[in-house]
Amino acid sequence: MRDAHPYRECSDPLHGEGPAVEAREVSVVRDGKTALEGITFELDPGGLLAVVGPNGAGKTTLLQVLSGTLAPSSGEVRIFGHRPARHICIAYLPQRLGVDFRFPVAVRDVVMMGRTGLLGPLRRPRGRDRERVAEALALVGITALARRPIDRLSGGEQQRMFIARAIAQEARVLLLDEPLAGLDAPAQEGILGLLGRLRAEQITSIVALHELDLAQAHFPLALLLNVRAIGLGPPGEVFAPGRLREAYGTGLRIFQTPSGPVALSDTCCEGGDHDHR
Amino acid sequence: MVRALLAAAVVGATCAVVGTYVVLQGMAFFGDALAHSILPGVAVGYLVHRGNRGPILLWALGAAILASLGIGAVGHRGRFREDTAIGIVFAGMFALGIALISTVRGYAVDLAHFLFGNVLSVTPTDLVLTGGIGAAVVLTVILFYKEFLVVSFDPTFAQTLRLRTGLFRYLLLLLIAVTVVISLKAVGVALVLAMLITPPATAYLLTRRMGRMMALAAVFGILSGVVGLYLSFYAGIASGAAIVLVATALFVLALIFAPRRGLLAHRRRAA
Repeated sequence: MRDAHPYRECSDPLHGEGPAVEAREVSVVRDGKTALEGITFELDPGGLLAVVGPNGAGKTTLLQVLSGTLAPSSGEVRIFGHRPARHICIAYLPQRLGVDFRFPVAVRDVVMMGRTGLLGPLRRPRGRDRERVAEALALVGITALARRPIDRLSGGEQQRMFIARAIAQEARVLLLDEPLAGLDAPAQEGILGLLGRLRAEQITSIVALHELDLAQAHFPLALLLNVRAIGLGPPGEVFAPGRLREAYGTGLRIFQTPSGPVALSDTCCEGGDHDHR
Repeated sequence: MVRALLAAAVVGATCAVVGTYVVLQGMAFFGDALAHSILPGVAVGYLVHRGNRGPILLWALGAAILASLGIGAVGHRGRFREDTAIGIVFAGMFALGIALISTVRGYAVDLAHFLFGNVLSVTPTDLVLTGGIGAAVVLTVILFYKEFLVVSFDPTFAQTLRLRTGLFRYLLLLLIAVTVVISLKAVGVALVLAMLITPPATAYLLTRRMGRMMALAAVFGILSGVVGLYLSFYAGIASGAAIVLVATALFVLALIFAPRRGLLAHRRRAA
């Protein structure tokens, strides 16, 4: 049985205008250790949520649970009212992409992989699929790279390619784990701008990141995480010194400046190595 | 001779198509181990059925599947690194095969046939079996082309597309095992690996498109089979060795002269 009938579209007339992503009391215990405890939140379609917290806070675990690749120990996740493991419209980009960039494929081939689930078995891509790939490449701004082999892409171009693949997949929920790590400032700004454009397309994005300043500047909502949810709301409210200290403990220094508190995290740049060769 | 040529061409093409995934997934050692592990299956089949070919293929396939499962069991949950698990199973089964064959009189000759192949001894039944199975293997790879591509390129992504990643992985292992088994007569246990990885590696030097790599690999595989067989016939070289030497020569040519990734191109760019 081939996964019964994965939902092709993340919208269900029976559920009307419900939230895109719902987590209810989600907990994960791994190897006897609690990785996540009692996480509850809702996100409307087109929502953009930053997940921040120190290393080991459970950011990656949360994204895995939301993507349906990891079952929670207790609690539940609903994507447009259904269990995530049955959706094919969730795109998840792990921090450590299990991808070999020496693979003999060009950018447009990787983006075309997004059509695999929609096509189903034994069907080959047709004109409409190629159109969707071209649209996705244009939306993320890498049309010029369509024919380039993937071993000749920069870190930012790689991220854009995988986001284009998510668009070709017709994903409604995008889960990105540290997409900005290892990118220079212009590339980071480029990806953040792209997330804003995806929002306009009603794509719901949840992004794990370390950069508190970028979370504050570019995200309407933030979830401050350290196994438990320490704060959820607009970043300006969530990133209060007391809460940050609770999340980061001694791994964080907070300075009071005339324009408000500045937090310095000493765990910021872990995982910055994005050289896949 | 015509039969031998056809068999060599079929084996060259099938090995190259399946071998493309062996190369891209870094499974060369696994492929070699699988080839050597089928020896006890061949020996048992030979002892039980004598000249009858069909059942021997099934015994060989059984041994290959047993070896795959054995490797999985030894390396279960990272008890050992995978190459250690592969090595233990591979050497053990290979030794068992030699032990079984050595119980038969005149074993030196027969063992050499299994190890290094003898494509000139291919019978009409052999050819039909090899051709039919080879075609089925290639057809499977073509039918599930996009699924195999996604599962091997990005397993996590395949999982979020809710593809049966485990199923496709086992299917790939099965295809490798079947391919190794039908290549037995043409190139033998010891040299199958070369047919699996050398033509795809040659193709990889010349293209960065998956489909083209597979097609080119098949061309090189067929060419190696046919030219190698002529070489073996006119120069009096063992057929399996001649086929592999031609494949290797093609690889060396590509390594030197490939327009972008060849050694000469590198030098020109450095200069």
